[in-house]
Amino acid sequence: MGSGNRKKLDNPALEWLDSRLPIVSMIQKEYGVFPTPKNFNYFWNFGAIAMVMLVTMIITGIVLAMNYATTASDAFDSVERIMRDVNHGWLLRYLHSNGASFFFIAVYIHMFRGMYYGSYKQPRELLWMMGVLIFLLMMATAFMGYVLPWGQMSFWGATVITNLFSAIPLVGDSIVTLLWGGFSVDNPTLNRFFALHYLFPFLIVAVVFLHVWALHVTGSNNPSGIEAKGKQDTLPFHPYYTMKDAFGIVVFLVIYATFVFFLPNALGHADNYIPANPLVTPAHIVPEWYFLPFYAILRAITFDIGIPFTDIVLIPAKLGGVLAMFGSIALLFVLPFLDKHPVRSSRYRPWYKWFFIAFTVNAFILGVCGGKPAEGIWVPLAQASTLYYFAFFMVIIPFLNKKEPVLELPGSISESVLNKKGAKA
Amino acid sequence: MSEDDTKDNKQGHEDGETRRDFLYLTAAAFGAVGAASFAWPLIDQMNPAADTLALSSTEVDLAPIEEGQSITVMWRGKPVFVRHRTAKEIEEAKAVDLTVLRDKQADSDRVQEGKEKWLVMVGICTHLGCVPAGQKDTDVKGDYDGWFCPCHGSHYDSSGRIRKGPAPTNLEIPEYTFLSDTLIKIG
Repeated sequence: MGSGNRKKLDNPALEWLDSRLPIVSMIQKEYGVFPTPKNFNYFWNFGAIAMVMLVTMIITGIVLAMNYATTASDAFDSVERIMRDVNHGWLLRYLHSNGASFFFIAVYIHMFRGMYYGSYKQPRELLWMMGVLIFLLMMATAFMGYVLPWGQMSFWGATVITNLFSAIPLVGDSIVTLLWGGFSVDNPTLNRFFALHYLFPFLIVAVVFLHVWALHVTGSNNPSGIEAKGKQDTLPFHPYYTMKDAFGIVVFLVIYATFVFFLPNALGHADNYIPANPLVTPAHIVPEWYFLPFYAILRAITFDIGIPFTDIVLIPAKLGGVLAMFGSIALLFVLPFLDKHPVRSSRYRPWYKWFFIAFTVNAFILGVCGGKPAEGIWVPLAQASTLYYFAFFMVIIPFLNKKEPVLELPGSISESVLNKKGAKA
Repeated sequence: MSEDDTKDNKQGHEDGETRRDFLYLTAAAFGAVGAASFAWPLIDQMNPAADTLALSSTEVDLAPIEEGQSITVMWRGKPVFVRHRTAKEIEEAKAVDLTVLRDKQADSDRVQEGKEKWLVMVGICTHLGCVPAGQKDTDVKGDYDGWFCPCHGSHYDSSGRIRKGPAPTNLEIPEYTFLSDTLIKIG
């Protein structure tokens, strides 16, 4: 971040600034001439799209907080007041509530992109891990945000999720009391969730900064998975990718706006328009769609794990489910160290490609299972899908490390692009 | 500082340790204890506050509850089920073979002696905290004539014991005392 070999700027005002704080030079270096692989496809838009969604969430969130009452007795009514009385309040709230969903859509595509093209591999391990940390922070933020309207789904979602911690042996109940600040989800819980919901997005901004910093140290991966070897393989970020990102962002925002204006409650639950009632549980509690795969994994462990042929239970079903759910995210975190295969992109990994496509389909199946009542066919289906989720990371990937044959790699990014064009001509 | 001391510090002892190492360690230890003792108030503030704790007991008048009727009262923000059990329910609860139970507890351990008709328990499913149905006559009472949790399908019997479904333990019995024949204090 030092000024280094700074070029003198023509504009005297900018030069005055830049010679004291080389911020103009930095932007020019990192977003102007920054050498970027020239073969990006549209999957590479989603980092920028996620950034736009983060900013949208922070801006709409701050103005919503100006109209929100953080007490259990007033929270629900204050949200309804935002919807009915506050100028443009309905728009701001729908932007925020649907924005959470679209933020997750962007981030999930971004993550699947990284997994398909092997972006997490050496030297980008830390970049990937900071991404998983952002994902974790997003999940915590989204969960606490969903509690704030203090409807039935808010209240019972908070109750079920905080009760997960009671599965921890010995200290579980004390931890749950600590999280609640009382003996049930109540006013103190709402207060602390609001405080943390306001804080966490700024932690996300900080980790995003580190994530982007690390990206600019290693440079971007690309669809061929081959490092750029020189000028012939790259393009300056501006105007080539500022334009491509801007186009992708506009398309994404069109879909987002369609939901905000025409289907604002399609991704929510009607039950959350009933004020929270600690005495009545809704018949079917489901989290927001972006948590469903993990919820399915949580519920898939319906059996105690113990020593066979004895009554001794080592891991009761409830704890087993919690461990499986957190384990499924922990595996993402260590993925760069599980996958040692030297080739990054699935384009040249004929086996991994299909296992990964199956993994993606499996994630959708888990999502569907998580949204259904835990009964009938959905239980064994969720269990089979959970098994594949874990097997993908713990069996398939390590197996492929040594056994998978590789298709012939092109010599460079340029070559891969030219060959493809040549073949079509 | 004498010349000898300086020499001692520079050359150190035979094993390469110096008095300065000791100072570093003590300073770090004091720093760690100081940070931890300051962190504790920041964490403990999340635990129930004095006014929350002050609301931790409640009295219930049993006189208006007819046989076969249940009421739900709030205690510590949670629902508490108070049921005036029928003779049939008491009989069913007592007749259960304890070995078939997941959480082995006799009915007599769940009610107070001589007051078998009063079943008082926290109305929160021990699985993930939902409120089971069964308080109203019209509710689904599950397969064991007690309570049924709609969230994940746990069945409780007429003593509030888990019989079927994912819940690990019986419905919790809060601490309560009979102040008189028709008045109890929960908590």
